[in-house]
Amino acid sequence: MSEQAHATTGTYLRIAAILVMITLIEVGIFYVPVFQSVLVPLLLVLSAVKFTLVVMFYMHLKFDNRFFTFLFGGPLLLALVVVVSLLFIFYGAVRLRTGM
Amino acid sequence: MAYNTDTHAVAVAHGHATFMGVDNRKMAFWAFIGSECLLFGSLIATYLVYKGRSLVGPYPHEILNIPFTSFSTFDLLMSSLAMVLALAAVQRGDMKKGKLWLLVTALLGLVFLGGQFWEFSHFVHEGLGLTTNLFGSTFYVLTGTHGAHVTVGVIWLLTLWIQALRGKLGPQNAVTVEITGLYWHFVDVVWIVIFTVVYLIQ
Repeated sequence: MSEQAHATTGTYLRIAAILVMITLIEVGIFYVPVFQSVLVPLLLVLSAVKFTLVVMFYMHLKFDNRFFTFLFGGPLLLALVVVVSLLFIFYGAVRLRTGM
Repeated sequence: MAYNTDTHAVAVAHGHATFMGVDNRKMAFWAFIGSECLLFGSLIATYLVYKGRSLVGPYPHEILNIPFTSFSTFDLLMSSLAMVLALAAVQRGDMKKGKLWLLVTALLGLVFLGGQFWEFSHFVHEGLGLTTNLFGSTFYVLTGTHGAHVTVGVIWLLTLWIQALRGKLGPQNAVTVEITGLYWHFVDVVWIVIFTVVYLIQ
């Protein structure tokens, strides 16, 4: 399926503007002390939004064959599971060792 | 034999449709990108597992330069924009703009690499080497692997640009440019994650 029927130069420019704005917000909240308590979840959400926008619009996954979504999404999900599992295993082991 | 060199050339230029009706090269490349997710996932997991466990400095908060890296992030995001504009131009047969945007993408990639070289040199000067502490080891391996991918991407883009200059790249090769774009955008999304996980979440 051709993605050109769906995405135009205007769309690409709007996505770029949104990506830049989100990056500015990320850097901005990094320096504002009031956001320190929610900094990590906020940054992760903003990063996920940027990631999704690039994959959906610049990599054309939104308009392309669904099979590509499966080819990319499957390993991506597995990678996320690996990251989270390793963190749980490692910090669980540290807690057991230190009793904290 | 019916499958002569002309048939082969046509097959190379247009690819083969799989039984699912998708281009075999794009399918293979998406599978490759999937495997790359696991590679970078492992490296990011390693970085996170050893985060805050360095026994000696320099520590991340002492050495990481957020304004500078924000500029590098902006640079890479703009290179992604240049890449989609290059693909759109090649697809509609506007090779003048196609060549321009391919070159702009490669140059923005070179700017990013220059920034990374400066950053690494600065860190080494500050006393952070590959074996200094856990932060140094995991940081250099993660960002260095990403930098190696950017380097491959820049070489790939310049190769395409030279092909375009020689008149060997046109709308008939749009899938080649699209696959290059997939690689380049993937490098960009990996940086989006690295920027957040390594630089902003300290």
